[in-house]
Amino acid sequence: MEIPEQVKKKLTLPAEEYFYAGHTACQGCGAALGLRYVLKAYGRKTIFAIPACCSTIIAGAWPYNTLGANLFQTAFETTGAVLGGIEAALKARGIKVKGEDGVMIVGWAGDGGTADIGLQALSGFLERGHDALYIMYDNEAYMNTGIQRSSSTPYGAWTTNTPGGKRHFLEKRHKKKVIDIVIAHDIPYAATASVAYPEDFIRKLKTAQKTPGPSFIQLFAPCPTGWRSPTDKSIEIARLAVQTAYFPLFEYKEGKYRINMPNPKKEPKPIEEFLKLQGRFKYMTKEDIETLQGWVLREWEKLKKLAEVFG
Amino acid sequence: MPIRTVMKANEAAAWAAKLAKPKVIAAFPITPSTLVPEKISEFVADGELDAEFIKVESEHSAISACVGASAAGVRTFTATASQGLALMHEILFIAAGMRLPIVIAVGNRALSAPINIWNDWQDTISERDTGWLQFYAENNQEALDLILIAFKVAEDERVLLPAMVGFDAFILTHTVEPVEIPDQEVVDEFLGEYEPKHAYLDPARPITQGALGFPAHYMEARYTVWEANENAKKVIDEVFAEFEKKFGRKYQKVEEYRTEDAEVIFVTMGSLAGTVKEYVDHLREQGLKVGVAKLTVYRPFPTEEVRELAKKAKVLALLEKNVTFSVGGALFQDFSRALVNLDERPKIVDFILGLGGRDVTFKDLDEALAIAQRALNGEEFDEVNWIGLRKEIL
Repeated sequence: MEIPEQVKKKLTLPAEEYFYAGHTACQGCGAALGLRYVLKAYGRKTIFAIPACCSTIIAGAWPYNTLGANLFQTAFETTGAVLGGIEAALKARGIKVKGEDGVMIVGWAGDGGTADIGLQALSGFLERGHDALYIMYDNEAYMNTGIQRSSSTPYGAWTTNTPGGKRHFLEKRHKKKVIDIVIAHDIPYAATASVAYPEDFIRKLKTAQKTPGPSFIQLFAPCPTGWRSPTDKSIEIARLAVQTAYFPLFEYKEGKYRINMPNPKKEPKPIEEFLKLQGRFKYMTKEDIETLQGWVLREWEKLKKLAEVFG
Repeated sequence: MPIRTVMKANEAAAWAAKLAKPKVIAAFPITPSTLVPEKISEFVADGELDAEFIKVESEHSAISACVGASAAGVRTFTATASQGLALMHEILFIAAGMRLPIVIAVGNRALSAPINIWNDWQDTISERDTGWLQFYAENNQEALDLILIAFKVAEDERVLLPAMVGFDAFILTHTVEPVEIPDQEVVDEFLGEYEPKHAYLDPARPITQGALGFPAHYMEARYTVWEANENAKKVIDEVFAEFEKKFGRKYQKVEEYRTEDAEVIFVTMGSLAGTVKEYVDHLREQGLKVGVAKLTVYRPFPTEEVRELAKKAKVLALLEKNVTFSVGGALFQDFSRALVNLDERPKIVDFILGLGGRDVTFKDLDEALAIAQRALNGEEFDEVNWIGLRKEIL
């Protein structure tokens, strides 16, 4: 459909749609939205490396390809390594990588494929300084295989491995701070982003494109199927994750921290507002919620301090 | 002019890589393949090899980076052995299934436990079902030559499969031997530039690689790997012939030595063939009718050549540095399959020896010969025999 010029001018996102309708994501899928925005930012001149995850299916089983871009489906733990190989080969072929007119090589892996099984390859990728972008779309569990906990699953969450039950066997570890591990590699550009804030996400994608070397974006991507949440509440939940400072949006660029959202000068919303829309948190006791709230505020203070000292 | 010099097999492998001019090399820097990436680093540092050298953090990432690079359309090389190859296992299937002509140099070593860094063939033999082509070198010259040959076969349109070239750890990898380094120009003529014609990541022509294949398609994809392995048999013969014409060294899938009128033929691979050739000379002096056959190519399995070989002997004595538990060696399995439906066939006796770097001596071979002779004389014999076991510590 042709979008009239006067409408285009008012749009805050690129008007072009590259991601094909008819993909196989669930209703309300944050990952599918994320892919749509990545394509809006980079267009078809993109090479995706996607490990075994929901996006294997969303991007298309043979003979389908819903991205309309090059797609390399790779083994679960290899995203970082494969990105390096693709980048080296393109350079050897004299093809420009990154930058305004270069090819964007994008790793697109879930939280399990990044925080757990793919962490070693990710570290190698960051350390070697390849010109590519790694996006971890974070839906906080292994969703493709039926909602198993990952190290990115938050405290108090129900998953099929933390089913609650008589012994109140919920997730008892706090979410692994993958972004901190990434920043420890001191790469040129790392950021968190959310599907609830597409303008911010696309700006960060553009920054990654312009910044030579490896970039990393951790994208908060709700999963109604796994989070036991209404499919029309994904954006609201993602927004509340930011507003409660559970998943603050920030950037790390050339050694400097910058908080985007929520406002560091204001009190974040209480964590209950984020929790109450999701069935996965319904088994949490008052004490559980206090524990999680304590962690959220502690991490938020830490981030504010970092932004203050290294801002 | 080719240069005649001396070097270790690890260096020969690095030289082969340099001559083949891969565009991307991804290798884990340390043992078991230490010397290969070290030597390649020197070539890259001195500007003698124009390649992207990715120093990965594991062999799993080494082969994964090679898969990514090969899928993006360039010639790709890596080196490893033993645990490193085992760590690559998962990705080896992917490389073959995606029809990526990657070449790996493998300094054949044992697998743990117990921890052991010395020679046998368990590492590559354990990868025989991955779809990769497998070549085994008898000496350092063969290590160099077979890597060039492996690239040529792997990249052939009728094949498009990855290939590994094995050469025995320490016996070859760390032993200096005379090696002739071929002329770069002649190698260039022989190999040419790698130009992918089918599936590769081209920004101007988006495709999917490595997609999910449902039950309706998976089997056909696997069958094409079977077909490519079958095609490789003919292609290998052609490439061997072309190699001989260009470089003057003759290779055969199954190389025979003094097999004329032989009653017992020893069959083996790798550097052990050298030892057994000498042993056969020694037996021939005593008037014994024995010979040796060496498998230079193990995958695709040279079934036709093995059937021809079987016509020549009454007993095939297989000498192998690997185990398939409760069966014997892998060669025993393969030879049994190749010969099972023939009306007339020799007896096959299997010998497992030289595991984990244990030297194979003439005394060990005497032990094997005695059992093979029982089979020859129609006496009872054990099908699978562990040779050189130290019974006193069992």
